[in-house]
Amino acid sequence: MEYVDLHAHMVSRTTDDYRAMAMSGCVAVTEPAFWAGYDRPGAVAFVDYFDRLVDFEPRRAAQYGIAHHTWMCLNPKEAEDRALTREVLKLIPAYLERPTVLGIGEIGLNRVTRNELAGFKDHVDLAMAHDQLIHIHTPHLEDKWKGTKVIVDTLVADARVQPQRVMVDHAEEHTVEMILGNGFWTGLTLYPVTKVPPGRAIDIIEMYGPERVCVASACDWGDSRPLAVAELVLEMRRRGHGDALIRRIVYENPIEFLSQSPKFALPDRAGVVAAR
Amino acid sequence: MTDHAATSPLTQRELIEGWFMEHRVQVLDLAAFLDRLERARELDGEDDFRMRSVRAALAILTDGEGDRVRRVQMVFSDPDTTLLDSLDRKSAFGAHDAEA
Repeated sequence: MEYVDLHAHMVSRTTDDYRAMAMSGCVAVTEPAFWAGYDRPGAVAFVDYFDRLVDFEPRRAAQYGIAHHTWMCLNPKEAEDRALTREVLKLIPAYLERPTVLGIGEIGLNRVTRNELAGFKDHVDLAMAHDQLIHIHTPHLEDKWKGTKVIVDTLVADARVQPQRVMVDHAEEHTVEMILGNGFWTGLTLYPVTKVPPGRAIDIIEMYGPERVCVASACDWGDSRPLAVAELVLEMRRRGHGDALIRRIVYENPIEFLSQSPKFALPDRAGVVAAR
Repeated sequence: MTDHAATSPLTQRELIEGWFMEHRVQVLDLAAFLDRLERARELDGEDDFRMRSVRAALAILTDGEGDRVRRVQMVFSDPDTTLLDSLDRKSAFGAHDAEA
């Protein structure tokens, strides 16, 4: 089945992963800017990273017929440094003009500090000023609930924010209600250990329905599975779900959300025969 | 709490047929982990906050009150939304230490 992986950190993956994802049905990925696993030495390192996201990765993905789009930000794990945050924020508007950049993300919180929240609000301001979609990272593990609550409360209090243009990602069983209940889109990221594996993601879909729900591999440099969306397709069939629902979750829903950006496009599948 | 009755398209019998074995091994893995802790060369983690959370979670699994996964998630979660004044560490532990 064709699918869109709305959250994949392909800079951390091999070309073989692109090949495998294409062969399993992936037609498009979107890649939020995130933490490299270590703090970058300064703003110039972000220039190098952002250039790769808007140039090298789309070309690498295109070799396998996968459309590659991206999101721009300074991630919350590096947002404690306010001076660095301000420097990187100045870099981002130029990248928002690039043809494959869909919006601001993945912004959010990590340990839920004052500086992280300030950086989050800075990015929301930037998104509002440039009329951008927003992709949000919610914290890990024991910080998930409180961080999601602070993020949702902050956005709900901001009259400029249209919830249907915001993806609050990495939802789990204890956060999905507050996200969907406030009108946001949500993402279930299919990690084997630290977030939700396919079986529990399907439980959430069964309990809350498919509206404004997407799934993604969120594959990165850690323990993650680039074919996780294909695994979910297989598991949903085992769980008795028909292809109409599965297609809505893995293909139609992400396209509906992402198409709010006029830059989002699927690969041209017409082929050379159609052009003759 | 939303009523999620009958949201699984499969019957209980079908769910057991399809998934008993993988959950059987998960129960055995946890049992073996708890035994392994008792066999440890040094019993220096008996009051570790993570294991306190596991014990609290196990009680939820058998209390018969439903909504288990959300309640277990909250056992592992920090319920305090007060902002930290500054960053103390980058990573999460997987469980909240209420006594820290």
